[in-house]
Amino acid sequence: MSTQADFSAALLDTRLPCPAGLCSANGADPASRFLVYRNNVQGSLINALADSYPVVQQLVGEEFFRGMAGIFIQQQPPHSPLMSRYGDGLADFIDAFEPTAEVPYLADVARLERLRTRAYHAADAATVSAQQISAALADPQTLAELNITLHPSLHLLDSAYAVVSIWATHQGEATLAGIDIHQGQHALVLRNGLEVEVFALDHGASVFIRHLLNHRALLDAAQDSPPFDLPQTLALLIGHNAITDLNTKVSP
Amino acid sequence: MFSTNEPVPPRTRAALCGLPPRAGLGLKTGHFVEVLGTQPDIGFFEVHAENYMVDGGPFHHFLGLIREQYPLSLHGVGLSIGAEGPLDIQHLQRLQTLIERYQPQAFSEHLAWSSHGPVFLNDLLPLAYDTSTLNRVCEHIDQVQNNLKRPMLLENPATYLGFERSTIDEPAFITEVIRRSGCGLLLDVNNVYVSCINHQRDPLAYLDALPLHAVGEIHLAGFAEDADRLGDRLLIDDHGAPIDDAVWALYRQALERVGPVATLIERDNQVPAFNVLLAEAQQAEALLLHAGSRP
Repeated sequence: MSTQADFSAALLDTRLPCPAGLCSANGADPASRFLVYRNNVQGSLINALADSYPVVQQLVGEEFFRGMAGIFIQQQPPHSPLMSRYGDGLADFIDAFEPTAEVPYLADVARLERLRTRAYHAADAATVSAQQISAALADPQTLAELNITLHPSLHLLDSAYAVVSIWATHQGEATLAGIDIHQGQHALVLRNGLEVEVFALDHGASVFIRHLLNHRALLDAAQDSPPFDLPQTLALLIGHNAITDLNTKVSP
Repeated sequence: MFSTNEPVPPRTRAALCGLPPRAGLGLKTGHFVEVLGTQPDIGFFEVHAENYMVDGGPFHHFLGLIREQYPLSLHGVGLSIGAEGPLDIQHLQRLQTLIERYQPQAFSEHLAWSSHGPVFLNDLLPLAYDTSTLNRVCEHIDQVQNNLKRPMLLENPATYLGFERSTIDEPAFITEVIRRSGCGLLLDVNNVYVSCINHQRDPLAYLDALPLHAVGEIHLAGFAEDADRLGDRLLIDDHGAPIDDAVWALYRQALERVGPVATLIERDNQVPAFNVLLAEAQQAEALLLHAGSRP
């Protein structure tokens, strides 16, 4: 093994001994010096996850979170120097992590927090004005073939739990009192200007928006969704600057 | 073209770094709005390149506005120049994209490694100083400078241990890297102090052994104080405290030797209010003015 292979392995796996070939000027045990690096690596990666998943940490407590994050790091260390992307796999990890089984909504809260981070850093896109959209919707010929493009920050999450309510209550005073956690919710995440926003949609509206994300034409998407309030859903998208292009070209 | 075989003629400071010889601050996301609102009299701002390798959103929005008003230093923490494996070409391309977008007056990276194989360790890890490491580091710096089409500054590290296989001392290693590659030196005065205490060296002798003619920028920061198992001081470069008096004293010695040069106050942990950082920058700026007024 190379020097850096040994060093790297022992930084991540706290059960491994200090690598050979190290020394210190005062003759102190090099293992104690190596611990500084191990603590830096473990601490910085755990802190990065804690920064990305603040509500997950609130739900399980800091001590439990840091322990869980330490295990995650050993299984899935970063594969990129872009730390804003680190922890993509945390939600799936939580799904399979037995000690969190009594917090069944934890993985979906992690998914929602990941979507918020992605929305925050997503590409910028100019939005279409409300007047242009109204004009397109008012013209029956245009409307029949209208495609709308949604902002790159826009994401959906379907959860069997009240994931939006659980997340929202942890933005201030944390209490789950009054929330039926088993009431499934459909989350919409988007960045409006510089702010990331989170909404709970009804099922039909979320199916409709998913069709739009899959490039289905507006009317086709609306007709192929469970009952929902189309004007209200469009007003939500328009009002939060989520529509970035209108296109009436017929596919060849 | 840069070449490992033939030393590159030393560059002037202006060619290595276009930052003004003033004090600058690390740009913290929590200070974006205050900086734009108050327009503090600061020589430049520095950002970690990797934080801005995102598609869009507030980071680019604010950095773009702040860049219109201030010179910028782009400081990489993820290139892993000392890695045993090849450089990450994708990462180099991302750096190039950022440099084209923001036209920073300086680009710097570390004499360290942070990736092994596919794994990124998110820390600046120490190198064994021998001929093979020297050749590899010089090749990597050549590659960086050729790709980015500009010279880079290389930062001296803060370290906590040594390697039995090291055959070259750190200042001599850095001197040879700079002679061969033609890159500049980002003189981190805190790292000099931290490393010298940790390895029982004289900080001033270490400073004098560095290639000070190549200094393009200086970093100042605070450290955390610990002790090893023998009870000797063990300093941790945590960027989480005000600059220590001993580091200020060493900075004065450095300025006497190199004259006024762009100086960054680094703070990455326990970030205080903007005014506290501004006061530290003003303290550095007073020393820079004094250094500039000397005959």
